[in-house]
Amino acid sequence: MRIVSVEAAWVEQYREISLSELADVSGLAEDELQHLIDCGALQPVDPDAREWRFPSECLRLARTASRLARDFELDANGVALALALLDRVRDLEEEIAQLRASMPDLRR
Amino acid sequence: MKYKDYYKILGVERTADAAAIKKVYRKLARKYHPDVSKEAGAEEKFKEVSEAYETLKDPEKRAAYDQLGRYQPGQEFRPPPDWGRDQGAGGGFGDGQFSFDDVDLADLLAGLTGRRRGGGRGASFPMPGEDFEIPVKITLAQAAGGTELELQLQLPERDPNGMVRRVPHTIKARIPKGATDGQRLRLPGKGGKGMNGGRDGDLFLNITLAPHPLFRPRGHDLYLDLPLAPWEAVLGATVQVPTLSGTVSLKIPAGSRGGQQLRLGGKGLPKPGGGEGDLYAMVQIALPAEVSSRERELFQQLAESSPFDPRGHFAQGAQK
Repeated sequence: MRIVSVEAAWVEQYREISLSELADVSGLAEDELQHLIDCGALQPVDPDAREWRFPSECLRLARTASRLARDFELDANGVALALALLDRVRDLEEEIAQLRASMPDLRR
Repeated sequence: MKYKDYYKILGVERTADAAAIKKVYRKLARKYHPDVSKEAGAEEKFKEVSEAYETLKDPEKRAAYDQLGRYQPGQEFRPPPDWGRDQGAGGGFGDGQFSFDDVDLADLLAGLTGRRRGGGRGASFPMPGEDFEIPVKITLAQAAGGTELELQLQLPERDPNGMVRRVPHTIKARIPKGATDGQRLRLPGKGGKGMNGGRDGDLFLNITLAPHPLFRPRGHDLYLDLPLAPWEAVLGATVQVPTLSGTVSLKIPAGSRGGQQLRLGGKGLPKPGGGEGDLYAMVQIALPAEVSSRERELFQQLAESSPFDPRGHFAQGAQK
């Protein structure tokens, strides 16, 4: 069995990525990403820029979009809606986790 | 090779039509999809469901699968010998010599139909390797100091005959300090192998932190319950408080109340870009489980001499 050592890199370290990089890592075609941008699911840093750059957060969103589109056979509108709802769930879970962390542990 | 009963996994009859299979798949996908479900073991269950659907939704793959016959799930079986040749083993292997060891049924079916359609090993266009995501649980100490994890993976690789086999890999991944719950790390090129010049896939690690007996992490901040005796809270005190980097003395201001947070700047988890989160000590007023007669006497004296009314606001509030 081969053993390789490798340095793990933060996904968040890619501060901004291009459309082609986003397509490369997410597995979505550029026109599919374009649909998600049109639906507002992905937002470039500067929509008026000649060449779009995306915040690293879009990497996670695009990969989730790719899975949802493939596994649920959703079109871009369906994916955009699912992403928005998942984002809301994530925000609420984050809020609950924050509240739980700052509450005394009553099990003791 | 181990048999997988795709019909049983989806819970459909072997005679089910494509529409029925699709309906059941969608129901199970909503239940177990890792982006949607919080059920324990959902990801593994979804992989099974997804693999079953990939085969049964495709008439050619389904026919090939049905041709295998029926076995018990997990039962060892041998695919038809010509399947090895179809995968690209060529004439160099006799029927009895081709090994299906380490070959996954899903890979075999995908390769078989892909090759018949002109894909597979004979295809010349670049195909990127598959990306993989795996959950990784680390301790707070590992997150704070960075760590090296040994990951055991079974990655699909094509052997010289074009057959996709699950090859065990050990990857030692160095995790930089500063990880916290929900963060993701990328190991570039450590996913599935690309073909015909396609890039190798990536391996993504989804970090979760193992529960700690004292500290509750939130982002890079940590929360700690700080029990104080009533007299420590009233009079103030200096108490020893544990942090990830050792014990520190913390001055408790007189008149501290339960629920108040005392912030210990920079005593949280390190951040990847530099700096540290904070540690919040949450004041709790603790009472002894049992009191001695002397303590009871002192509490009695306090009760008789103190004008403090913790419910003074009740009367005012009730009138509004």
